Formats: sequence, C-alpha cells, structure tokens
Amino acid sequence: MTAIQHISTSRRIKDRVVQGLVYLAFALAVVPLVSVLWLVIKNGLGRFDLDFLTHSMRNIGARDAGGGAYHAIIGTLEQVLLASLISVPIGLLTAIYLVEYGNGGRLSRYISFFVDVMTGVPSVVAGLFILAFWVLFLGLPFSGFAGALALSILMMPTVVRSAEEMLRLVPNDLREASYALGVAKWRTIMKVVLPTALTGIITGVMLAVARVAGETAPLLLTVFFTDSINNDPFSGPQMGLPLFVFDQAGRPNDTAVDRAWTGALTLILIVMLLNLVARLIARWRAPARGR
Amino acid sequence: MTTNVRTRDGGSARSRSASRRSHGEGPFRYAATGAGVILLGIMAAIAVFLISEAIPALQANKGHFFSELVWDPNGSQVFGIAALAFGTVLSSALALVIATPIAIGVALFISHYAPRRLAGPLGYLIDLLAAVPSVVYGLWGVVFLVPLLKTPSQWLNENLGWFPLFAGEGAIGGKTMLAGAIVLAIMILPIVAAISREVFLQAPKMNEEAALALGATRWEMIRMAVLPFGRPGVISAAMLGLGRAMGETIAVALIFPATFDISFEILTPHANSIAANIANGFGEATPIGRGALIASGLVLFVITLLVNIAARMIINRRKEYARAAA
Repeated sequence: MTAIQHISTSRRIKDRVVQGLVYLAFALAVVPLVSVLWLVIKNGLGRFDLDFLTHSMRNIGARDAGGGAYHAIIGTLEQVLLASLISVPIGLLTAIYLVEYGNGGRLSRYISFFVDVMTGVPSVVAGLFILAFWVLFLGLPFSGFAGALALSILMMPTVVRSAEEMLRLVPNDLREASYALGVAKWRTIMKVVLPTALTGIITGVMLAVARVAGETAPLLLTVFFTDSINNDPFSGPQMGLPLFVFDQAGRPNDTAVDRAWTGALTLILIVMLLNLVARLIARWRAPARGR
Repeated sequence: MTTNVRTRDGGSARSRSASRRSHGEGPFRYAATGAGVILLGIMAAIAVFLISEAIPALQANKGHFFSELVWDPNGSQVFGIAALAFGTVLSSALALVIATPIAIGVALFISHYAPRRLAGPLGYLIDLLAAVPSVVYGLWGVVFLVPLLKTPSQWLNENLGWFPLFAGEGAIGGKTMLAGAIVLAIMILPIVAAISREVFLQAPKMNEEAALALGATRWEMIRMAVLPFGRPGVISAAMLGLGRAMGETIAVALIFPATFDISFEILTPHANSIAANIANGFGEATPIGRGALIASGLVLFVITLLVNIAARMIINRRKEYARAAA
C-alpha cells in the first residue's frame, strides 16, 4: 500500500503566503476605519454637549468657542425626510414595475439599465443639476427643499435596486396562490407581495437614507450656507450637518476645527444609528421572509 | 354542468382576467410604469439642463475649454478643463491601483478564509467603511493622514525619485495627490470588496469541492475555481469604484491644494480634480463662473457615465462567457 502523497513544500508555502496576504489585506482595510472612528470620538467628545446640540452658530465670531450645530441637525433631518418622501414612492413603484409589470420588455430593460447608470451619477453632479434646473432655470431660491431634491436623485436608484431585489425574493407560489383565489394583480401586489417584502424594503430605504445623510456636495450647491436656525425647508438657505462639518473644517481656528470634529461625531452617530436600526429591523422580521 | 368557482371578490374564476383589470388595476399599472419613465426622464433632464446652463459660459470663454490649464471664469473669463480632468483621472486611477488588490483580499477573506461564524460581522465591519460620510474622511485626511505621509513621502522621493511619480523638488509631502488618492482608495474599497465578495460566494460549490478533492490547496482551489468565475464581477466592481472615485468631491476638496497644472508628481502639493474644483469654487462664483462649473460638471457626468456603461457592458459580455465556460 502506498502512502498518501504529501503536498510538496513549495505548494504549501505558496498557500500559506496567500493566506497571510489575505489576512493582511483585511487588517489593512480595518486600520483606516479604526483610525477614523478613534479620531472622531477622541476629538469630537470635547464639544459634544447639550450646548452643541441645542445652539446654532448665530452671533458666534470667527475666534469664539461655543456655538453648535442645532441648525444643521434640524436642516439635515428635514432635508433627508423630504428626500425620502420624494424618492421612496417613485423608487418603490419603479421596482414594482420592473418586477411585476416589466416582463423583460424593452422599456423595462432601458429603465433597469439606467437605474444602474444612475447609481453611478456623482453626488456633485446631482447637486449641479438641481442648481441648473431649480436655481438657474426656474429662478427659485436656494432652500432645504432644493437640497432634498438633489438628495432624492441619489436615493432613487438605491431604493429601486434594494426594493427590486426584495420583491424578486418573494416566492412566486404566493402570487400564484393569490391569483388562484381570483385576486386582482394590483391587489396581490399590495396585499401579498409588498407585505412579504416589507422589512427588506424598509432596510433598503434606511440604508439609502444613511447614505445620503452624509452627502455634502449636493447640499453645498443647493441649500447654501447659514449660521442661523431656519426651520422652513421651503424658503431661505438652510444648513446641513455634513455642510456644517465642511464649513467649520475649512476655517483656520482651532475652535472651529473642534466644532467640525464634534459635527462629524454627531453625523456618524446619526448614520450609524440608521444603519444599526435598519439591520435590526431586518433581523427582527427575518422569519417572516423565511430567509 | 358548469363549474362556477366563486372568488373572494365575488366574481367567477372564468372572469378573472376581467376582474383583474377592474378596481384600479389600470391606474396602478400606469403609476408603476410612470415612475419608471420619470427615472428615465430625470437622467435625460440632467444632461439637458447641464448643457443648457453651461452654454452661456462656454460662449463667454476666451480660452479653449478642452486644452486650457487656467481656470479663471470669474475674472479674465479664461477657463479650461484640461488640468482638472487630468487630476480627476490620475487620482482615481491611483486610488483604484491601491484599493483593488486590498479589496480582492478582503473579499476572499470574508468569502473563503474567515471562520463562518465571524464572516457576517466582519463583512459588516467593512461595510461600515462605506457608512462614514465623505466629509469625515476629508477631515481625517487633512488632520491625520497628511502629516502622517510626510516622512514616507520624503523617503520615497529620496530613494525612488527616478520614478516619475515620485519625482519632484522642493516641498515634498503635505496636501498631495497621494494623500487624496489614499483617501479615495479607502472610500471605494467597501464597494469593490462587497461586489467581489458576492461574486466569490456565488462560485460553484461543486467546482470548489472537486478541486479540494483532487488535492488542491486552498489557494489552488481559489485560483482554479473561484477567481476565474469571479473575474468579470471583480472587473466591473473595480470600474464602478473608478466611477465613484472620479465623482468623489468633498474629501478631495478638503485635501487637494487646488493647483491648476498637469503634474505626475504625486508627492508634491500639485493636485486638483473637477469635483474638488466645483466644491471649492462655487462660493465665489459669478454667473459665468457658475456656468463654467456646470460645464466642468457636465464633463464629469459624461466621463462617469462612460465608465459606468463600460462596466455594465464588460460584466454582461463576460457573464455569458463565464456561463459558457461553466
């Protein structure tokens, strides 16, 4: 009887070297994450107080300490909410069209292709488009709503893709069972398909929200700057949290840079919270989808 | 005798198609189709309005838009995209060169190396990199990365200065193309890794097990069964990353020193990009200046559009090839 042949040394070394490289790559990828989070927490905690969360930058001089991001937080929440109100219905309906009505026809192939392409539209271009259309062409002023329009352009393709994926996961048996009972197609979609896919869709929407909440460039071009509180997203310049960080980071004083770090910490907390809740929802309702 | 099955709506099964159409089936279908058409309309509108608002500025341009290095639409009304487009391409290409190998490693780690129990959470950790807003990366880059790169940059310049990218005299380090490219690489790493991971996970289990059963080591199995299957996915992931790096704005706007020249010296403070210039130049822009920025945004839009379309076409073509080979 012959012994099982051993793996030659060179092959084993090669295997080990690649394994080492793969582990190294992962470590390399985690380093910046840890570094960013550590610096944001370390530098941001100093000013992370009630004062920061409840005050705006009104009447804060260039060298003054103090001041806060209340106006920016309000602005971000309103802009993101408006952007979701615009993009979720359009995105969801588009996904329904692609999955339920498109049947692989020419229109659905075009739409599907351009949703992919739209995912790649740079955020600054979305901002420029709203600037060109809303501000320059229609002559309307900079406002939180203009910012929400720009953000909604960035949200739409993400919502379509995630909703489409979830709708395709719904087993065809469910649809057929519903049809067999004589239920109309649109009622089947509303009563059977959407509820089954709902948690997945909510997760997708929240991840899309988390993504646009951190966008700066489109806001820069559409909501402009303000140091004061403006609760009305439909008139006058607003602020956004990412914009606040960008603005403060560009100022030469240490007090401003401190505010930028705390703004960054607040922004990361909001985005991470959205991420976490989205994933918890997905996990909480996972059995309903049968995984 | 006729079978008369009653449905929940009270209609008979035979008239199912009729009852399907009633009660709002039409409006619902139109709304769904309309939403899809709106998306197409938005893409068209982006092109139309960027062009229409760029035309007045382009007509007022006293230089040649595609070859001029200077960007002064507010004053002398001479502006050109050449230096900015060069910076955009160079910085994203560098970012891609840095990010792709690491992303492939990360994807392989999560799909084939990590303990199965840990693979999910570790994948989530990498996804968190994408959740960090770009302005935070910019802040991190300026405060932390730029000073950190000073010494390695000087070392590279002294020892490998013959290599064009590392050449340069005078101020070495600081707000350089390299610093921006590293930040861009970090930002595109999650998307490249996520797509590659999905593709690697889809590699046929049968082939993997067959390779292992024939005595292949883990690396040989990956090289024979996983990588060939995943190649089109990795290529398209890299191209999508490239498109994202080109459009990335705020992080590089904070890092790049906003110079207007064509320089391959990535260790000296000469760097700019179309997107960074839009963010930095918008505040002081006159109407002509805004039009000029929109014109530059149009160029960025077209470039990223082409990159994205190419990525989709590559993956479509290779997918058929991969299926045929499987």
